[in-house]
Amino acid sequence: MDFVEGEIMLEVQDVRKSFDGREGQGPFPREVLRGVSLSVRRGEVAAIIGPSGAGKTTLLRCVNFLERASSGRLTFGGQSFDLTRISKRDIAAIRLRTGFVFQDYNLFRNRTALGNVTEGLIAARGIPKEEAEEMGRRMLDKVGLSNKYDAWPSQLSGGQQQRVAIARALASKPEIIYFDEPTSALDPELTGEVLSVMRKLAEEGHTMLIVTHELAFARTVASQAVFMEDGAVVEAGPAEDVFSHPSRERTREFLNLTK
Amino acid sequence: MITDRLFHILADSFWKILLPGIKVTIPLTALSFALALVIAVIVALVQVAGVRGLKQLARFYIWAVRGTPLLVQLYVIFFGLPGIGIVLDPFPSAVLVFAVNEGAYAAETMRAALESVPRGQVEAGYCVGMSWLQIMRRIVLPQAFRMAFPPLSNSLIAMVKDTSLAANITVTEMFMTTQRIVARTYEPLALYCEVGLIYLLFSTVLTWLQRWGERRLAVHGFR
Repeated sequence: MDFVEGEIMLEVQDVRKSFDGREGQGPFPREVLRGVSLSVRRGEVAAIIGPSGAGKTTLLRCVNFLERASSGRLTFGGQSFDLTRISKRDIAAIRLRTGFVFQDYNLFRNRTALGNVTEGLIAARGIPKEEAEEMGRRMLDKVGLSNKYDAWPSQLSGGQQQRVAIARALASKPEIIYFDEPTSALDPELTGEVLSVMRKLAEEGHTMLIVTHELAFARTVASQAVFMEDGAVVEAGPAEDVFSHPSRERTREFLNLTK
Repeated sequence: MITDRLFHILADSFWKILLPGIKVTIPLTALSFALALVIAVIVALVQVAGVRGLKQLARFYIWAVRGTPLLVQLYVIFFGLPGIGIVLDPFPSAVLVFAVNEGAYAAETMRAALESVPRGQVEAGYCVGMSWLQIMRRIVLPQAFRMAFPPLSNSLIAMVKDTSLAANITVTEMFMTTQRIVARTYEPLALYCEVGLIYLLFSTVLTWLQRWGERRLAVHGFR
């Protein structure tokens, strides 16, 4: 995909995040993000790639406030916020304009496929049930699950669950969708069905920020590639440039390694 | 050997004991347990939410209630409180004590059940724009209740039997009624066995209800 010129949808500046040990994971204290900046334009697909432990997931979680950043700024749709001081109200308002797809789907276990998609529409947006279900069915059709409206998450394969999760993220017409390693828990076949849905969304012009280990996918679908390592951005630019002639030795090494 | 006289006493007392069972033991249990569940959900949610201060208060409540005998709690409320001018009738005193007592235990059951619902679903709820309270009410609590159903059924059965302690604060439930009949007829072995069997009958019905409830929860779909 071509590099997109346009209005900036999302910009993060100098985001830092340290875990102090209370979270109870890994060695402490530990700085997971060491001043990360990047921006995504409207209509653009940006892929964040890099080795495990680079902080890619943490960055995405900070951007949607699932983690509180230790410092940094976020500009969302033209409005700028201090990530450490942003109010609950602003967080809620931004979340209503974003979608998030998790690595392990995180479907609501007490809701059917359709219920998962309509839940946010009904509870958070006050859309009447009938209308929400109409929208929900359309979303499930779009991800190829027209015959699974009433299936419970436990009755679906991983690929189907992830597609429900994408339909759920998509239902509220978000201005940007975050994907956190959406295929890492899936086998190659199921990975394929999820990636093809994501490719379709990209072609429709959805703004997407994707953390992924699927380099071939990132290369063909993303317009921007961001290579992260050790809590920092090593290299970022048009995907074609980063993949074909990376300017940094470390990027080259990583791409060769994973070829 | 069951004599004619004993047979008559048992047959006659069966209804005399069952009647306060229906009129006192069951309402006392139902009311106390319903209140206990309300307390349990609130106390468990407060802890899961991690509201400073409130959380410490919740832990203190559980610590104090679980660490003291139910019988002592009944005495404190019914015989103790009048000393500082608070006089409650026997039945409300019993409801209060049983609800507060069971609430502490059920709160721990509920907390365990709440914590067993994967955290990712809460995050997914936030990401579709729901508030914490909405997520708890619509996503987490329904799943937690299903998880907590067997242990809570346990507690309910235990409570039916514990209501016999209310006899100590002059609530004329099944056990007290039995004591009175024993005092009149002097057949303690037969009559106390009889009231035991009636408790067993109540527990059996509840066990059936539990099994029925679990089956219903299972056909309702989600796992």
